[in-house]
Amino acid sequence: MTGRPWDSFKNFLFIAPAVTIFSVFYIYPFIELLRLSLLQWPGIGPQIFVGLQNFRELIDDKVWWDSMGHAGYITLIALTFQNALAFALALACDREIRLKRFYRLVFFIPPVLSEVVVGMIWNWTLNGGTQDGRQIGFLNYCLVQSGLPNLVHGWLSDPKTVLPCIAIVHAWKGFGWGFILLLAGLQTIDRQLYEAARVDGAGSWRTFWHVTLPMMLPVITVVVILTILGSMQVFVLILSLVNQGLVYHTDVPVTRILVSMTGTNQFGYACAQAVIFGAILIAVSFVLLKVSNIIKRA
Amino acid sequence: MKSVAGLLCCLLLIAAAGCSRPAKPANQIEVWHWMTDRQDALETLARRYEAKTGIKVKLDLFAPSDAYTQKVIAAAQADVLPDVYGILDKKDILASFIKAGYVADLTAAFNADNGAWASSLFAKAIDVNRFVPGNAEGIAPGIYGVPLDIGSEQLIYNRHLLKKAGITKAPATFPEWLAAVDALRRVGIAPFVSGFGELWLIDCFASNYAFNIMGEAKVLATFRGTVSYTDPDWIRVFGVFAALRDRGAFIDGIVTKGNKVAEQDFALERAAFAFNGAWSVNVYKLMNPGLNYGVAPLPALNPAAPMVSWGGAESSFVINKASANKDKAVAFVKWLTAREQQAFLSAQVNNLPVNRQAMADIPENLAAFAKAMESSTHPKVWPVSEDALVREAFLKGIQGIIIGETSPEAVARAVQQVKDRQMKKVKH
Repeated sequence: MTGRPWDSFKNFLFIAPAVTIFSVFYIYPFIELLRLSLLQWPGIGPQIFVGLQNFRELIDDKVWWDSMGHAGYITLIALTFQNALAFALALACDREIRLKRFYRLVFFIPPVLSEVVVGMIWNWTLNGGTQDGRQIGFLNYCLVQSGLPNLVHGWLSDPKTVLPCIAIVHAWKGFGWGFILLLAGLQTIDRQLYEAARVDGAGSWRTFWHVTLPMMLPVITVVVILTILGSMQVFVLILSLVNQGLVYHTDVPVTRILVSMTGTNQFGYACAQAVIFGAILIAVSFVLLKVSNIIKRA
Repeated sequence: MKSVAGLLCCLLLIAAAGCSRPAKPANQIEVWHWMTDRQDALETLARRYEAKTGIKVKLDLFAPSDAYTQKVIAAAQADVLPDVYGILDKKDILASFIKAGYVADLTAAFNADNGAWASSLFAKAIDVNRFVPGNAEGIAPGIYGVPLDIGSEQLIYNRHLLKKAGITKAPATFPEWLAAVDALRRVGIAPFVSGFGELWLIDCFASNYAFNIMGEAKVLATFRGTVSYTDPDWIRVFGVFAALRDRGAFIDGIVTKGNKVAEQDFALERAAFAFNGAWSVNVYKLMNPGLNYGVAPLPALNPAAPMVSWGGAESSFVINKASANKDKAVAFVKWLTAREQQAFLSAQVNNLPVNRQAMADIPENLAAFAKAMESSTHPKVWPVSEDALVREAFLKGIQGIIIGETSPEAVARAVQQVKDRQMKKVKH
């Protein structure tokens, strides 16, 4: 039993473990998710096929689309404030400055911390309560001590401030990842390019614009995609900051999926939400990759 | 070629071994629970039970309770449930488990020996797992779970802080409570804290007032869809939150506060009143052993009607109907609810024993929670339950009232809209 068919069989046999693992842990769950999204099912008991009804309901679900908007807001803050900060700090640490290693370590501490821990720390910081007339929350305490008592606020209990607070805490926790990736990208840029730019008389700004930024585009694309994927899916931080939420003002898609699954026992609907959410994230990532390729070619 | 064939055989053997279910030892009961505070006490009891009967009790703890619920649902789907476990969900989910054949009917065991087991426990606690004839879920009448302890949610007041504000006794009526709130605010004390970031506590608080204002029949009629949420009585229920908000009763950030943080606030004397369950006696003792407090029902808005509170079985176990050790599992939980074991558990973790005889020597504040059992009710004993989406709109609406974003009337209209939509869906 030798020859081509047996060789092909052997080849398939070698990739079989990887294919099996991929099928069991990636393809099967995805197919199951799609199947469940077409059902009405409380998680246990009979499953009723309802076709696309869950998706039709989802289209009219204002709370769901609002939650998408909230995640979009958090993502926008992460893309701008978080990544700008990460890039600025990466540029600073890429130069020969004192205590460079120390800064790298410090900037990387927030992402290493658990979201629950970060939530608890910031919950204390943003607490709006008082005891014996003294502010309990660190931020409000600092405001009072700085002579700004009129700025004291219930940061996590006001619909106007709760989402910005969540977005800022998320950015604070996440900027370290961007910092590490961007710093690694900056260090791969050939120093001779900077030297050549300097010889040609380019200033810092022109060097940044014409050398650093184009060379960093692939890394920036990766950071942007990871930021979008990470920020759109934020939820542990929200749970640890505001528990089950402030009315609907702190709902994001993942918390809505959780509510559908465990709060209202609508597993089919939760799966439909997951399918739509996943499709949106894939589409956004795809568009970003395309845009980045176009910019690169230009 | 030989090595490839050998590899294939090995893979097939591993696959075959993975597919077969390991047989459970005949002298072992597997128990899944979620009660982190009781793990040590339960382990001690398990060892005592093994010493007494020779049956090993394997206790597996899965926490927090949300994760436990998911674990149980996943195990049911895979048909790998243990002998004894809990269903921490609504009664319709318990019904789904029963219909799927995962829960044993324990009526015969409770009624054996002229109902000796049933009569030793609080009837209202047993009712939590009872399905009455003609129940909405279509379950055969019977008792499908064993209560482990009881509890009720009450108003807890700090005697020291009330005294500072010149208040000598706990308020019995709602106007008295509002007057107490005013007095507390005058001396700079935050009046009221609760973990309203956990929606079930709002549910409990609002339900207590709904029962007080309009009575059980009208509340249940609303769930059935024959009374609207825009009814003046429901507006009064929502109005309770608006009145407390307008008087500045709520501690800052109450709507996003987890119960653990709320318990800490009360234990550290940051608020004079709290709304919490019987377990808080243990929590406050751990956080501030010197805390001087009392327990009372929520102040009634309608003094002519009783102030009913959520109460009954705090936690329950069910027995896996498919378990090979079913009888042994029943015998174990029966032993667990006997006087001696219940007294031990109560002494260890300050919970309220489900066995009435074990009530003899419990502390004063725990006794106050136990007293409320006589006038308690629970969603699990109601013959009809509200749609989960309507409930969410109801609770989120109340959060909106607390933060001053909306009015009782607007919330009533919004909740009724969701109710109408869900009713229409059910009809279709």
